[in-house]
Amino acid sequence: MAKMTYREAVRDAMREAMRADPLVFLMGEDVGKYGGAFAVSHGLLEEFGPQRIRDTPLSESTFVGAGIGAALGGMRPIVEIMTINFSLLALDQIVNNAATLRHMSGGQLGVPLVIRMATGGGRQLAAQHSHSLEGWYAHIPGIKVATPATVADARGLLLAALQEPDPVILFEHATLYSQEGESEDETPMQFGRAALRRPGKDVSLITYGGALGKTMNAATQLAEQGVEAEVIDLRSLRPLDTETIFASLAHTHRAVIIEEAWKSGGFAAEVSARIMEGAFDALDAPVARVCGAEVPMPYAQPLERAALPQPEDIVKAVQELI
Amino acid sequence: MPRLGADMTAGKVVKWLKQPGESIKRGDIIAIVETDKANVDVESFIDGVLEKILVQPSDDRLAVGTPLALISAEAGAAPAAPTATPTAAAVPPAAVVVPEAVTPAAAPPAVVPAAPSPKKPAPTVAGARARVSPAARKRALELQLDPAALAGTGPQGRVTLADVERAAQGAPTQPGPAGPVAVKEAPTQPGPADSAAARQLRMREAIAAAMARSKREIPHYYLACTIDMKTALDWLTERNAGRAVTERLLYAVLLIKAAALALREVPELNGFWIDNRAQHSEAIHAGIAISLRGGGLVAPALRHADRLSLDELMRDFQDLVKRARAGSLKSSEVTDPTVTITSLGERGVDSVFGIITPPQLALVGFGTPRERPWVVDGAVVPRPLLSATLSGDHRATDGHRGALYLAALDRLLQQPEAL
Repeated sequence: MAKMTYREAVRDAMREAMRADPLVFLMGEDVGKYGGAFAVSHGLLEEFGPQRIRDTPLSESTFVGAGIGAALGGMRPIVEIMTINFSLLALDQIVNNAATLRHMSGGQLGVPLVIRMATGGGRQLAAQHSHSLEGWYAHIPGIKVATPATVADARGLLLAALQEPDPVILFEHATLYSQEGESEDETPMQFGRAALRRPGKDVSLITYGGALGKTMNAATQLAEQGVEAEVIDLRSLRPLDTETIFASLAHTHRAVIIEEAWKSGGFAAEVSARIMEGAFDALDAPVARVCGAEVPMPYAQPLERAALPQPEDIVKAVQELI
Repeated sequence: MPRLGADMTAGKVVKWLKQPGESIKRGDIIAIVETDKANVDVESFIDGVLEKILVQPSDDRLAVGTPLALISAEAGAAPAAPTATPTAAAVPPAAVVVPEAVTPAAAPPAVVPAAPSPKKPAPTVAGARARVSPAARKRALELQLDPAALAGTGPQGRVTLADVERAAQGAPTQPGPAGPVAVKEAPTQPGPADSAAARQLRMREAIAAAMARSKREIPHYYLACTIDMKTALDWLTERNAGRAVTERLLYAVLLIKAAALALREVPELNGFWIDNRAQHSEAIHAGIAISLRGGGLVAPALRHADRLSLDELMRDFQDLVKRARAGSLKSSEVTDPTVTITSLGERGVDSVFGIITPPQLALVGFGTPRERPWVVDGAVVPRPLLSATLSGDHRATDGHRGALYLAALDRLLQQPEAL
């Protein structure tokens, strides 16, 4: 156990993986000399050299495609996409190639590719750099989608992703990079398991990624009002750990799903539907969602704050259920 | 199905003791009904002929008011095959119902020509499905409750899991601002497995319903006074000294007699609160709170407790306790009490401030007599002191009457030989 930032935890995990396996390498925009747009790969070029820490042209389709090719060829590439909005330029590679090749080749070709990208708003980067499109990716069979929300998960889920035989996308919420926490030096965690972040009996707050901190904050406020909220961090959107969700609902009977993404067609809608399908009889109230406002993300700080789910919104949603 | 106690909502027919064609006199025991609390002998309230038994003994819990049998109201009338429409000559058969025997708030239990149909829960907004959460609906199904008949406390008046659990325990739901107040209707389907636990649960439900109703409706006032029991206990010791154990008097009997006699002096405390007014009873039937093995309690009547001698009271008291614990009370004993007397003397408590059994007007409570310092003629002396309490319905009486009652009780207990 060591105290470090989320950024350092991701870097440590990559360093550890590259030291252990010569097939692992990193590529992406500015990951080398600049040390990464979020300074995640700072210092790795010095240790591993330009062969394994590769700066790429500003062409997401190209370098994600190159990553897929390397993976097909037996390498274990880590591709960093600077932010999620740029990943839309690589959607064809991700959705049409990475996600499908094992199926299209009759099981002959796997794509053991790890794609990391920063996601989410809250940093006044306005409408083109603040998306939460994790739910879009979680829609696609053939790829796995994880959302590390803690320092320990930043490390653990990356190491776990490198063990997967198929493509994994890791969404790192950009507000988390400077967050400090304990990093656990244990064997890679299992993919597809949600984490119980706080036990409670009155309501299940289901969230992931950047919304976890706000949700924990809301749970603390609710506790002061005598409401014991259980907080579930999904960690993995695909596969989705419905078992943990249903087990929680079995004793709380109420659920509020919190995510930064827009409500319409968002991942919270999927979780809500799963609850309806699998835990209907456990429900004592309608499933509620706290999501981002359905507007392009405003630049102005107060407006941006208003557009994102805040602890008080979560508290209010819970109060309306109880 | 008679209402054998204000808290009864349903019962089972255990056995018929009369057969069709038999003549019946008022007071004859015609059937045994199992309530949530006990097996009760059902007495006919009219003379006549049992024409037809409508419900055979079974485990079905029948709502209060369900017709059990038809009795032609005139003794000696030939038992005719019952028809839907009685012929002009025939006396209309009466449904054996003693509805609201304790709470005659409803229509008088006169001869009813046609069988009243069981009540249904009031429909909610026409066509609209009641707001019941899935979890509440599922739990209500398990408990055989109608969730739509409950008052919801959730958002928008939704019936929640907690509302169903509360209803299962017999407590009233606290209606939310938007929630319509509905009354839980007794299920007419077979009840849950008749295990001891299930009976225990039903008894608890019945007690909960009665006590919650009392506290909800009756504005209680409470009075207490300390009674010097030296004279009474000395007299009792002396009286019991020369007697066989079986002939000895229990001190509780003294209290019951005194409590009953004192009601003669303050009759405003004896009777029922019905239709927004007090209806006093000339007869004094003391409901004796008897705790049952395994939990729960009943308070059947010691009839005419004021008129019986102490020996008669002792005999009836022992018989009543025995039968209450064996679960074989008569319907009149269950429905008759005009006042309740509770004594927690054996439990070592100093005093008891009881909850009135609706629709009665008062409850008299006794604690444990204890040796304590007491001032007699200017000197402090040890005396066995007893706390007597009165819980009164303030709608019917005021503290002044209650105080007169406790004073009379004290005075009567100072002259035990006159009891």
